[in-house]
Amino acid sequence: MTDNTAQGFTVPIGPQHPALKEPGHFQFTVDGEIVTRAYVRLGYAHRGIEKAAEARSWTQNLYLLERVCGICSHIHALAYSLAVEQLAGVEAPPRAQAIRVLVAELERIHSHFLWMGVSAHEAGFDTLFMYSWRDRETVMDLLEGLTGNRVNYSANLLGGVKFDLQAAQADSIRRGLDFLEQRTRHYLDVVSNDAMFLQRTRGIGVMTRAQAEVMGAVGPTARASNVGRDLRVEAPYAAYRDFPVRMALDERGDLEARFEVRIRELFESFRLIRQILDDLPPGELGVRLPRRIPAGEAVVRLEAPRGEVYYFVKSNGGDRPERLKVRTPTICNLTSVVRLAVGHQLADVPMILAGIDPCFSCNDRLVQLYQEETGEGRSMSWKDLRQYGIDFYARRQA
Amino acid sequence: MNTTPNVWQEVMRGMKTWARLNSPWVLHFNTGSCNGCDIEILATLTPRYDLERLGVRLQASPRHADILLCTGAVTRQARDRLVRIYAQMHEPKCVVAIGSCALSGGVFQGCYNVLGGIEDVLPVDAYIPGCPPRPEAVIDGVVKLLDGLRARGRQGKADSQ
Repeated sequence: MTDNTAQGFTVPIGPQHPALKEPGHFQFTVDGEIVTRAYVRLGYAHRGIEKAAEARSWTQNLYLLERVCGICSHIHALAYSLAVEQLAGVEAPPRAQAIRVLVAELERIHSHFLWMGVSAHEAGFDTLFMYSWRDRETVMDLLEGLTGNRVNYSANLLGGVKFDLQAAQADSIRRGLDFLEQRTRHYLDVVSNDAMFLQRTRGIGVMTRAQAEVMGAVGPTARASNVGRDLRVEAPYAAYRDFPVRMALDERGDLEARFEVRIRELFESFRLIRQILDDLPPGELGVRLPRRIPAGEAVVRLEAPRGEVYYFVKSNGGDRPERLKVRTPTICNLTSVVRLAVGHQLADVPMILAGIDPCFSCNDRLVQLYQEETGEGRSMSWKDLRQYGIDFYARRQA
Repeated sequence: MNTTPNVWQEVMRGMKTWARLNSPWVLHFNTGSCNGCDIEILATLTPRYDLERLGVRLQASPRHADILLCTGAVTRQARDRLVRIYAQMHEPKCVVAIGSCALSGGVFQGCYNVLGGIEDVLPVDAYIPGCPPRPEAVIDGVVKLLDGLRARGRQGKADSQ
């Protein structure tokens, strides 16, 4: 029997758990109510998309990669399209780039509203959860009107976008934004003034700027710790060169700051979408891609709602990519959860986890193997892994 | 031996079916989904669509739930947990597969870590197709499932299962 008093008591949570809708396994060692050690096991949603992409054609991958994540699907398809366009040496016309950014910003609005609801739910504030999800339906309607689908929009084509923006649609987007802006002002008031809610957010999960830089935090999580990292500003892509954004920064680094940064980003998105609608460049919606994608490598970095998305695409001149690598923001931010949870009460941990806006289907680019007897991890060298593969197939054929 | 059910058993069965149909509590498990279906399930439970008006409540524990909503293709790592969660639920229980991936594996068919759809692992009572299904489709699927349960209750199968 293990000595629980010396090691503390371990609370396993997940992969099916009430807090999040996604599978992830956590173990928190607690001393009374205080967390002394945190551990996360990933890979429940690992499907092997990177490998699958090598077996599908350039066009098929557009639809596969959109399903890396259902919340930020447009960003993944956009990153892949930009990478393929970079390989092919073409650039989508300005009108297509502007429509891409328009959809990306609408997606940011829907994602931030979704996050606000889910993390309010973690705090036991279900009223805010229900209200923010009710208002989120407005932006879902706008996305559906624009693209024809509520979740996986399929707005991108290799070399452009699928649809044009009609004047009537622009008007309905403007009306929708007016409503959302008024509601967002109310939510900013709620999260920064509601005394009950502030007890759950103020001073909880504080990450200093130095910590954020060491742990490699990205996106709104980093910006709430005053790390000025936003690829829309630092390395503008698509139409962000013509439509610049202002970064929302906060120096407090706690959960309250993360709420405020995301809500301030919403206002910035509203402004940007209005500006795009006013100054939408005329012209074509797409360019023709060469029949064969030339050999080469392309790297694309984009700012998803949760932070930096990194795509590496390698072509050997064939009809499908030779290698594709995806890195998503959640994996960068999860380190901070494991570190920040230590020293906090167990009850605060769901809030700290929700504070980074985790997305496990995005980040499960790997699977962790455990030996059944000991429950411990095992690492294999490339040589061992290769031999294991050879033996495996030899056994299967025998 | 008297094989005809007595009146009390009839009444009790009717009451149980009535109670079950009016409060089907659901449990949601993501077995490797892209989140698209999950956020649509959540949208179904929130004010615009409000599935709670049919008595449907999202539960946190498998032991409190009657219906298991599964989203996503079944990955190797999530399979054992899915089976365990199903085993923890009390009879009578139903499984609903939501979304193209849960039906057949969807776009992830043939991936090395994907075993296939939910039906390859568990018996499925209702299928809701779509990528992702709209909230209206989820409501429609749940209503159809409840109709099926009502018919099953009338035939007296709900208890035996």
